[in-house]
This record gives sequence, structure tokens and C-alpha cells, in this order.
Amino acid sequence: MNLQTTMNFSYYPGCSLEGMNKAYDKSARAVCDALGINLAELNDWNCCGASAYISIRELRAHLLSARNLAIAEKEKKDLVVVCPSCLTTLTKTNHYMAENPKLRQTISKALKETELQYWGSVKVRHLLEVIVNEVGQNEIKARIKNSLKDLKVAPYYGCQLTRPFGEIDDKEFPTILDTLLTWVGAKPVNFPVKTKCCGGMLMMTNEDVALGLVRNLLECARENGAECIATICPLCHMNLEAYQDNVNKHFGTDYKIPILYFTQIIGLAFGFSRKTLGIEEELTPSKALFEKHLEVIR
Amino acid sequence: MTEKIGVYVCHCGTNIGRTVDCKSVAEYARGLPNVVVARDYQYTCSDPGQEMIKNDIRELGLTRVVVASCSPLMHEPTFRRTVASAGLNPFLFQMANIREQCSWITEDRGLGTERAKEIVAGAVTRVNFNEPLEVKKVPVNPDVLIVGGGITGIESALQIADSGKKVWLVEKEPSIGGFMSRFDKTFPTLDCAACILTPKMVSVGQHQNIELLTYSDVIGFEGYVGNFTAKIRRRARYVDEEKCTGCGQCEQKCPLSVPSEFECGLGKRKAIYRPFPQAVPGTPVIDKEHCLYFTKGVCKVCQKFCPRGAIDFEQKEKIMEIPVGTAIIATGFDVFDAERVKEYGYGRLPNVITSLEFERLTHASGPTAGKILLKNGKQPESIAIIHCVGSRDVNYNEYCSRVCCMYSLKTAHLVHEKTEGKVYEFYIDMRAFGKGYEEFYKRLLEEDVTFIRGRVAEVTDVAQNPSEKGKLIVVAEDTLLGIVRRIPVDLVILSVGLQPRKDAVDVAHIFSISRSKDGFFLEKHPKLAPVSTAADGIFIAGSCQGPKDIPDSVAQGGAAAANVLSLIDRKEVELEPTIAIIDENACSGCKICPELCPYHAISFDEGKSIAVLTAALCKGCGVCVAACPSGAIEQQNFTNRQLLAEVEAVSS
Amino acid sequence: MPEMLLDRSQQSVTDVFLEDVYSIPHGEKIKECIQCGTCSASCPTSYAMDYTPREVIASLRAGLLDRVLKSNTIWLCASCYYCTVRCPSGIKLTDIMYELKRLAVEFGYVQKSAKAAIVSKLFVDLVDKNGRIAEVPLVGKFFLKTNPFAALGMMPRAWKLFRRGRMPMIPNRIKGAEDLKIASENLEITGVHAGAKEEKT
Repeated sequence: MNLQTTMNFSYYPGCSLEGMNKAYDKSARAVCDALGINLAELNDWNCCGASAYISIRELRAHLLSARNLAIAEKEKKDLVVVCPSCLTTLTKTNHYMAENPKLRQTISKALKETELQYWGSVKVRHLLEVIVNEVGQNEIKARIKNSLKDLKVAPYYGCQLTRPFGEIDDKEFPTILDTLLTWVGAKPVNFPVKTKCCGGMLMMTNEDVALGLVRNLLECARENGAECIATICPLCHMNLEAYQDNVNKHFGTDYKIPILYFTQIIGLAFGFSRKTLGIEEELTPSKALFEKHLEVIR
Repeated sequence: MTEKIGVYVCHCGTNIGRTVDCKSVAEYARGLPNVVVARDYQYTCSDPGQEMIKNDIRELGLTRVVVASCSPLMHEPTFRRTVASAGLNPFLFQMANIREQCSWITEDRGLGTERAKEIVAGAVTRVNFNEPLEVKKVPVNPDVLIVGGGITGIESALQIADSGKKVWLVEKEPSIGGFMSRFDKTFPTLDCAACILTPKMVSVGQHQNIELLTYSDVIGFEGYVGNFTAKIRRRARYVDEEKCTGCGQCEQKCPLSVPSEFECGLGKRKAIYRPFPQAVPGTPVIDKEHCLYFTKGVCKVCQKFCPRGAIDFEQKEKIMEIPVGTAIIATGFDVFDAERVKEYGYGRLPNVITSLEFERLTHASGPTAGKILLKNGKQPESIAIIHCVGSRDVNYNEYCSRVCCMYSLKTAHLVHEKTEGKVYEFYIDMRAFGKGYEEFYKRLLEEDVTFIRGRVAEVTDVAQNPSEKGKLIVVAEDTLLGIVRRIPVDLVILSVGLQPRKDAVDVAHIFSISRSKDGFFLEKHPKLAPVSTAADGIFIAGSCQGPKDIPDSVAQGGAAAANVLSLIDRKEVELEPTIAIIDENACSGCKICPELCPYHAISFDEGKSIAVLTAALCKGCGVCVAACPSGAIEQQNFTNRQLLAEVEAVSS
Repeated sequence: MPEMLLDRSQQSVTDVFLEDVYSIPHGEKIKECIQCGTCSASCPTSYAMDYTPREVIASLRAGLLDRVLKSNTIWLCASCYYCTVRCPSGIKLTDIMYELKRLAVEFGYVQKSAKAAIVSKLFVDLVDKNGRIAEVPLVGKFFLKTNPFAALGMMPRAWKLFRRGRMPMIPNRIKGAEDLKIASENLEITGVHAGAKEEKT
């Protein structure tokens, strides 16, 4: 089990991973450890602003992203994120600054006040894409200790992994997560709503609209025989997991679908414990599911 | 002997007169060396204007003429003819552009006038060094090459052949007919496509003046207007065209079926096949990729049963070189690949088909004998037709494909007639520009087709309520109501756009023609010369120039034929003498220029170790002139002497 | 709330929008809208909007931007970007929605019912103060401001999360929070927006 090279990245967890979605951080770190992906947390990173900050202030929102990019550039590594909203926000600033001299000037001037500079050399990447493209099938299969016994998973990508830039995969029907799931012994089911919106922050402000969107996702997963849903976004995860009860109450349904981060699924295949992967903190119980679908093979 | 120069400064109405003081420019010109007369005039290109110049030439014995007016692209030919008709060599005339390069780019009259004076000074100085050049005339070979045997190529071929000239019609497929042979009915008359096409196809096949080369490609094209050589590869059919009677026995007996390209993969054909029953020529072709003899060395059933012994597995492909005088390129189009628009589900969801596939379904001799059937063999009860697939979209093709609105209406009519189902048509605009087209739209409105104005966002199979289960749901905003609607249907037909063929790049390269931004072949002028190209003697026609319907394709086919016949009837063409000329003594044999010439007009004489120019091929682009490190190449009418004189005069 | 250095309250909101939108990267594409409705039909929340995304542009063209800004439309945008990637004219509609949100806040068009505006402002305050946000103060303040009773309904979930250690009570403050504040104040907010081609004097 020899990895040719260790991959070094600066790691941007994002605000949501500090709090309610610490499990994503835990499982991501565990999996990266096993795969030789070195994640060094970005020094003194600040909130990227996501969609909320830019709704109030445009230039300052770009400044938030630019500060993170500047720090990453100082650390001389590419930046790995796990939250697609952070991905889109940081990438947007990265692109807009590269295309637009006026914006570049304005932001650079402000950054200089804090003795930072950004020359545009950092690439922002999502962990899913790094694992699939940099590590590859053989290295992943070599680390599998548990069989998932064809666990039927609905791969839920959400909106912002492939939109708007489409740099990682197809904007409507990506397959990168499906591929990774097959590599670790799971069975991705047909899931045509894989990039449909979960409502995001609307769950807090317009709950009934967001509950309807979440319901569509859960229903499609059930229709296609999924035993659980794999997520890559902490906000999607929260909406699908923590509000499943609300969906049931609102619509008179009885969904009991476990929601897992893709890193948790990989982690289970790699032999990590439920505690290490933060699965113990879940709101939709998956214990029974994995009693059926986890078997030691090595 | 000193020259006698006449200078004419044109007002061009207010085009020049507004920002250039022409009177003062003429006065200034009067003071230049060798100028014997300088006039300003309102419209120099007019009859009286030209007369004035001719009179001056005759009465004042002018040896050089300068007209300061518009761009030479506009009126240089005009004034060259003017001076020629007064007995002066047309190349002793020089045009000074004080419009596009002067009056049109400034609002400041002072600046404009100053600049105009400089330009005139340049032209006057230069014209002293102009040489009287003779226009070379070359004969025009009356034979014509037509590339592409669709309706456009067929039209051109018949027109030209009927006038008594010989036509070589080269078609890549085993049969002529093009896309039109795959359609069922045509808008707006609902004529049966085959009924109007096949008589023309038969005429082509039987015409004594048309050499029909099917299953062939043009792989080379050299020469210049009136004198081209076309290199044609005749692929091996493995069937002797002379012996074959088209009886069809071989096709019947062949044991192997493969998906038919003609049927868009919806039906099958044999390994030895004619693409469709009315194929011209009626000689089948053996598909080497699948034929059991070629892949496994067995079978040969067709040969056994052929009553005329026409099957020849040893047949080789042939390369022919044919001299022609002109060429018409009518290679047609391709349809947009609907799989690229992922949200419409083509290729992923069953019962999402393209309009072309629909034509095959509704065609009486198609894979379902004209019945509209879903994948499960049943007839659809509800059908959606979606406009603008792949067109008018920055993500795919930005242009409008012109024919889709009309063929969508036709599709709606046919599907309703055949299935009596409920038809929904989703459109953004309804483009019904042609003769009888708007009336056809009205007809469809009367036929109870439900038109919804809204571009479809997606086609999905994810039901949101029981009535959507098992259906394809088309999601679009009904913009006239401002409501997003979900319409469950059984069958979705995508009206795909037209785009340039994949091999258009190669064809353009072979014929040295350009393509426009959208990839279609570039016409010389979009309004005034739609079938000509920048290459003299090579014409384009039909949908290879841009998406168009059958009436316009036929019109362009006829236009190209007229252009060709006009050239042929002239019997000779004039070649511009403003070409390169190589000084043998100065050539150092460095071999730089033969590589650079885009028209392959320069060859290298190894014996003498010098570059040699074939004057007739030279287009006067000037690349070799600029590249020659020895200065051995000059361009006639653009000699160093002339150019340097102009530059000196302008800058002093 | 960070202060706007430029007071545009005397200009018409349509004029200000038009100035701003042409300075968003690719913002000028809005002129090429053919009113096809793909955006509305792709939008997961348009069914709940007072005006569909396409109607937003139609309203702008008719000089009726006010009614759009007063409505719930822009605050229902979830930034899913479907409209942006599918628009055949290449209009970056999501970015335009952000601009409309900013304008609505600047010109005071936000209704009490536009809860998304409230949460966004709270978000901005938290980031400006600490450099990061924490869910508890964000959600807590939000419910206190909008619907204290709903906060009670959230208690069961909140308790479940707290039990699993998923509710950090104390927000993290980054070392560079003060720096970030200084840098923000140095941004020229003089009408020079992200994609502006020229300085406004």
C-alpha cells in the first residue's frame, strides 16, 4: 500500500464545518489521512461570505474571498474545500479578479493595507474531485477493508459543485460521485434529481418552500430504491437530515433515509469507526443499515 | 519625359464634402509636381464625372490619372474602365481613399482636409512610377465540378447540363438525394418529398451531360479560375456499376443486418445495401466494416445469387484527375447533436426523439411503416414539440437555424394526423417568413395544436403527482401567462438546429475557401454575392453556406449555375496582373517563398536553384514579396519604388 | 451594517441598477434577454415568487423595477445557478439577483417579510465582527428578530443537535478580524463595482 507521492494542500473547512457539521470535517480528515492527502488548515482563514454577504455588499464580499486566496498563495499550495458554496464563492472571486483589471486593482489595494497580496496563482478545488482525479481507482481500492455489500446510495451533488462554472463535471448530470461510490463498493442508484436544489438557506427563512424541495429529493431517492443518500455539501446535508422529520410532518410522509457525507461512506469502507467519522452525531439513524451493509474483508 | 497627371477630388455628396474641403484639396493638388489639371466634383463616379476625366485625357494628353474619393474596393474598377475607354492603360490610374480612410473617421474638417491633402500627395507621387500592365486572359474549361448531390447540387447540375455543358457530380454517399430524400413531407405545401425529388434524381442519373460519381470524395483541387484540376477518390463499392441492374437480389439474400444510417439507427439495412429504395444510382454498395466476407472471410452469398455476376470483392478504389473550369460546392449540413443538451434527456430518457428521427418514423417506407410508435410499441396520446434545440443559444449555436419553426409546424400537423393525439408546441418566436408560411401557421392554429410560448427548461421523468407518473414532463414558463407549466406527454420531439458538417473544415481547406464565424462557408458578399466566394471560379450554394429551406436551396443552386454559365460563356477570364514577379538573377535559392505561398504558386527549380512563379496561380497576396530576404520578388503595381514614393510624400 | 460611502438615495433605483449592472462582469448581457422564460422554468422557487425571474427583466424594461424590489421574488433566490447556466443569452441572472438584493437593502425596499434579507444582514454583522460566523448566534438572533415562537418549534431539533455536540455556543474570532475591518474600510465604494470599466468621478 504505497502511495507514490503525498499530496499537499491548504485546507479551507468553512464556517459550517466548525459547528453543526463537524462530522464532515472529521470524516474528511480521516479519509485524507488514509489516502496520503495532506490537509493543512489555512492559517487564520475567514468566512468566505457565501451567498449571504454578497447579497449586501459586493466588493467586501470579494475581499473576503481574496484574503483567503492570498493566504493560500503565501502557503504556496492549492486550496481544497469541502463546501460547494465556499468553492463557488472563492472560485468566483478568483475568476472575476483574473478577468477584470479594475476589480483586481481595487481588491489588491485593500489587501495591501493588511500586508497581503494575491497574484492569481491559487487553484480552488473540491475534495471529491481531488480524490477521484489525483488519487485514482487503484489506490482507493487498495485501502478498502470493509465491503459495503452493494449498499444502494443516491449520490446527491446539489447545485454548486458543478454550477455555475462546470469545471469539475457536467452541470446537469455529473457522474464523479457515482464513480467514486462504485470504487468503494457501493451501488449508486439512478437519481435524476442529483443536482436539484435543496433550498439552501431558504430552510431558515422560507421553510415551507424548502421543505417541498427536500421532499422531492427524498421521494426520488426512495422511488429509485436508495438505502441512503450521499451528500457533499454541509447545507444540503443539514436540510436533508435535520429537517426530514419536518418534511414528514408537513407532507404526511414517513421518510427515514440515512444521510451520509461521501467521506463517511468512504471512511466506513476504509475501516474507520463510526465515532471517528462523526456518524454517531447523525440525526437520521444509520446503525441498522450498516449492520446489514458492512462486512470486514481484510 | 515628365508625366502629365490629372487629379480629381470627389465630394461624394456630403460623404466626403462634409469633413473635407475638396476645393482646397484640388487647389493643393494643382501645385504638386507633374499635375497639369486638378478638379473637384460632386459625384465623380457618375456619367458626367467620368466623361470629364475622359475629356481631360484626350484633350490634355494626360498620362496618369488620380481620383481622390472612396475605397478602391468600391470604384477602382469603375475608374480603371473609364481611363481605359479613353485609351489610357488602366494601371496608370491610382485611387486615393479620402473617404473610408479620411472623411469617415473624423468630425474635424480641418484635420480631414489636411489628411486628404497628404493622401493625395502620396497618390500623385506614386502614380509617376505606375507601369502600364497588361491583363492576361485565360480560356475557361466548360466542364463543371459539382460537389454534393443533394437538392441543391442536383438543381445546379440539371441547369448546367441542360445548357449543353458537361457536369461532374461528386457525392459522398452511395446515392444522391441528400437530406431531402429522408423527409416525409415538406412545408408549407405538405408535398411528399420523395415525389418531387425522385424525378430530378432520375433525370440526373440519366442525363447524358452528367457524370455521376457517387460513393466518391474530392481529395484535391488545384489550379485557377477556368483551369482547375480536381482529384477524386472513387471508393470501392465492390459492385460493378456497369453490370448491376439494381434487381435487389443481393440485398434480399444477405444474412447480415446492421443499423441503418439513413434511418437514424431506428431501422436496419443489410451489409450490401442501397440506402433507400429510390436510390440513384440503383447500384448497391458493400459495407466493408461489417460484411462477413471482409471481416471473417466467409459468406459471399450475394455473389452466388447475383444473376449478372456484378459482385466484385477484388474491386479497388480509383483515383481520377479531372480538368474543370469551375466548381460549385453544395455539400449541405448536419443536424445538431441533441445529446449535448442534457436537460432535454435525449439519449437518457426513452421516447425523446429528434425531428429527423420523427421524419423516419412517419415515412411510409421508414422503420415503422409510417406509424408513430413509442419504445413500447404503443401510439402516443400526447406529444410535445420543442423549438430551438441547439440554436439561438450561446452555449451551443448562437444563430437561428431558420427552418425549424416551419418544420415544427409540419411535424405538429403530421403527428396529429397520424395519432390524433394532443400536440403541444413550445416556441420562443414563430418565424414564418416565406411564401405561404404564415398561412401554414394559421392552418396549424386551426388544427387545435396547443402553442405555448416558452422555451423548455427541461424534460424530466420525475413525477410530482399521480397524473405525471410514467410520462415525460415538459417544464416551461408559459410566458404569455407568467406561469410555469408542467405538461406530461408520451412523446417529445426535439426540433434540432442545422449546423456545418464536421468535414466542412476539410472541404474548405481543399478548395481554399473561408468559413464564417458560425462555421458555414463564407460568401463573397451576404447580399450582393451570396453564392460566390473569394476564390474566383468556386461557388457555394445551399445549406453549406447557411441554414435554409428547400426553396432557397434550389434558388441558390440555380444562382450558382447562372454564375458558372456566365463564366463559361465568356470563354475567357481576365487575370489580375498585380501579381508577384521573381527576378531570377537576384534569387539566392533560399527556398523560403515556396513554403509560404498559400496558393502553391511558387515551385523550386533544383537545376537552376531558383524559385519559379506560376503566374496564373498567383493571387497577389504579397507574402513572398515581404518574405524574400534578397528582395528578389516584387509585386506588380506595388513595387518598392511606388510604395516608398507614396510613403515619402505622405510623411513629408 | 457597514456604511455606504456614496449616497445614491436621490437617484431613481432603475438608473442606479442600470449603472451597476453594466459593471457586473458580463452584466451587459441583460440587454440581450429574449424573454424566453427558461430562467423561470428552471427556478426551483419561482412558483412561490410574486414575479418570475423573466418578469424581473421585463419589469426593468418597463420601468417597474420598484414593484420587483418590494416583492418576495429576489429573496426567494436560492443561488442554484440553473438560470445562469441555461440562459441562451448568457445572462448571469444569479449575479443580477445579488445586485437586486443589494439595491433593495440600499434603497430601503425590504419588507419585514423578506426574512432572507434579515438573515443576510445578521450574517454580515457576524463576519464583520469575528471574521467567521457561528450558527447559534446567527440562528438565535434571526428567530428572535422574526419569530420568537418559531424558535420554540426548533427546540427539539436544537436539543438533539446539542446532545450530539453539534451546537458550539461560542463563536470563533479570527486573529485577522481587525485587519479585515481595516481592509474593508479601504475599499473604494464610489460607484466602482466589481466589473466597472471606468472610475466614476
